[in-house]
Amino acid sequence: MTRLLQALVAGLGNGSVYALLALGFVIIYKSTSVVNFAQPALMVAGATAVIYLGQAGLPFPAAVAGAMALAALLGLTVERTALRPMIGKPVFVIAIITIGVDIVIRVVVNRLLGTNLRAIANPWGLESFDVGGVFVQQRYLAMIVTLAVVVTLLFAFFRYSRIGLALRATALDQETALTQGISVGVTFALSWAIAGALAALAGTFVGTGQSIDQQTWIIALKALPAIIIGGLDSVGGAVIGGLVVGVIEALVGTYQPTYAPWLGNNFQLVSPYVVLLLVLLVRPYGLFGTPEVERV
Amino acid sequence: MTASVRSDPTRRGRPELYTSYESDAALLNTPGKRWGVLAIVMLAAAAPFVLGNPLLLLLATAFAAAIGAIGLNLVTGYAGQVSLGHAFFVGLGAYTAAVLSGDPDARLLGFGLPMIVWLPAAALVPGLVGLIVAPLAARLRGLYLAIVTLGLVFLGEHVFREWRSVTGGPGVGRDGVQAALFGVSITGAGGGLDGAQKAYLFTFVLLLVAALLGRNLARSKVGRAFAAVRDRDIAAEVIGVNLTRSKLLAFAISSAYAGVAGALLYTLTRTIDPNSFNLLMSVRFIAMVLIGGVATISGSIMGALFITLLPRFTQLLPRFLPFIGEGARGGGLISTADLEVMLYGLLIVGFLIFEPRGLFGLWIRIRNYWKGWPFSY
Repeated sequence: MTRLLQALVAGLGNGSVYALLALGFVIIYKSTSVVNFAQPALMVAGATAVIYLGQAGLPFPAAVAGAMALAALLGLTVERTALRPMIGKPVFVIAIITIGVDIVIRVVVNRLLGTNLRAIANPWGLESFDVGGVFVQQRYLAMIVTLAVVVTLLFAFFRYSRIGLALRATALDQETALTQGISVGVTFALSWAIAGALAALAGTFVGTGQSIDQQTWIIALKALPAIIIGGLDSVGGAVIGGLVVGVIEALVGTYQPTYAPWLGNNFQLVSPYVVLLLVLLVRPYGLFGTPEVERV
Repeated sequence: MTASVRSDPTRRGRPELYTSYESDAALLNTPGKRWGVLAIVMLAAAAPFVLGNPLLLLLATAFAAAIGAIGLNLVTGYAGQVSLGHAFFVGLGAYTAAVLSGDPDARLLGFGLPMIVWLPAAALVPGLVGLIVAPLAARLRGLYLAIVTLGLVFLGEHVFREWRSVTGGPGVGRDGVQAALFGVSITGAGGGLDGAQKAYLFTFVLLLVAALLGRNLARSKVGRAFAAVRDRDIAAEVIGVNLTRSKLLAFAISSAYAGVAGALLYTLTRTIDPNSFNLLMSVRFIAMVLIGGVATISGSIMGALFITLLPRFTQLLPRFLPFIGEGARGGGLISTADLEVMLYGLLIVGFLIFEPRGLFGLWIRIRNYWKGWPFSY
């Protein structure tokens, strides 16, 4: 029982990180209909920025805020230079461009990281509370709380602010939004900036439990099963999908070595992709996604 | 078909006049193409007796990669189904070939079978696995498909890492494919030629066969069905193209090509490392297709040559640009290994933005310039 609860807490914590990344994917997908394969690069760029700002003597919250701003700026730059010329081209081509952008950014970031393992100095470390025999690491609580705050803020932003409304209108229909006087270019740029900031936040949390190295970017790809499970265009689905992926990963990590050792070491790392295949077998547009209606 | 084209008297002096659909859709439908291909094939066949061995091996690797690129182009370029899972099928082919050809008495699983068995098997096994995966892919479209195939790469990597009796596990790996023709090893000395010369000729012949098959497929009923599915799947269905069948076929054929490419690539290397069939390998194949030219066979070959010869070019750069460090860990602003990876990214982005038809498109531009010369159009 303790094992189960502990796995659940860890799963929800890591799941919150995946949810943050998935939110970035979904926000970009909703406004531009592109899956942004550059999200891993934005994440490690953010984490690297936190490391460097921390080394420069900034306190942790300021370093995180600075990194989020830098990653948002990076997202903006990518959108403006590589994506804006491609408006109106097939989405597959644009998605491949983001893969190219991802590679370029990661090479630069890897150069900054070097070959050593780098730790992010953070206030939680590996400290934990003891809740009735279950050890709850503080960082997992911080992740869950952060996700809750971010989701609330995003909800309020989309629901009540003028720009949020513009983003929603663009997501619904770009041309109609344009005729209503909304600058579609600005909404594209903004969604990339939001995604970049969320990726930097996620990168920071990834760096709290383990060190950041050149392989860290693979973690960000686990948000892909999350958005598929949730559906590519559902913000709520992204959060649920992220948490589901985190919990599944934790449960598989806890029980698979005992009950199904033949699946090999570290099977939990690829278990989200198994879930991804299973979900798509049953529902080709994810659990909460909108089936594409096509006009003939 | 070629004969009927030549014997047509109305075509004399008018190479682009077609009097029948047959001659328009012919394999090499202009004299320029016929003579051009002949010249390139002659040059390529003469190359092993002129060039040095390291370059020959590199070219052989490029030819093997080109077979894989043609496969990816069939599914992504012609049929329009984005696959990021090519590395998985390449790995499948490499391990099929390695297991069937491997030493039966060695530490790892091996059957010691001849090439006549393992080469077709390296195409068949990935093809069948492609068929198993394809029904899932056939239900999905666009980016959902890209993400699923990406998942496939990660699952494949896991299987390759953990199935130690076949792959040897990460860091250890297993011996490459043992290739021999009529009792003469293809990569070793013997038979009057160097290993590199034989490897070059062997991959070259196979590439010719693969390119011919691919080109024939693309201009047949199947290929036209692929193009219809790519351009507008609903319209294709309405005019009677079986959507599911076309997608299954595209995936199976592409996987078979990938398998052969994997078997050949690891005939040329000493060991197979299970970690090499990763996302970067898939991206390399995507880069070959996009840089070479989407939905062209000659473009796939150009792209594969370009991407495979790229390291050779970046290695030369440190001599001229002092801020580039040598080797993987070199000093300076950026190392050659990093630069190479970065160039894949930059080239993909650059070609997609400025010349979406790739190297093939550049060639079309040059050709049209001389065709219209001295006029600009």
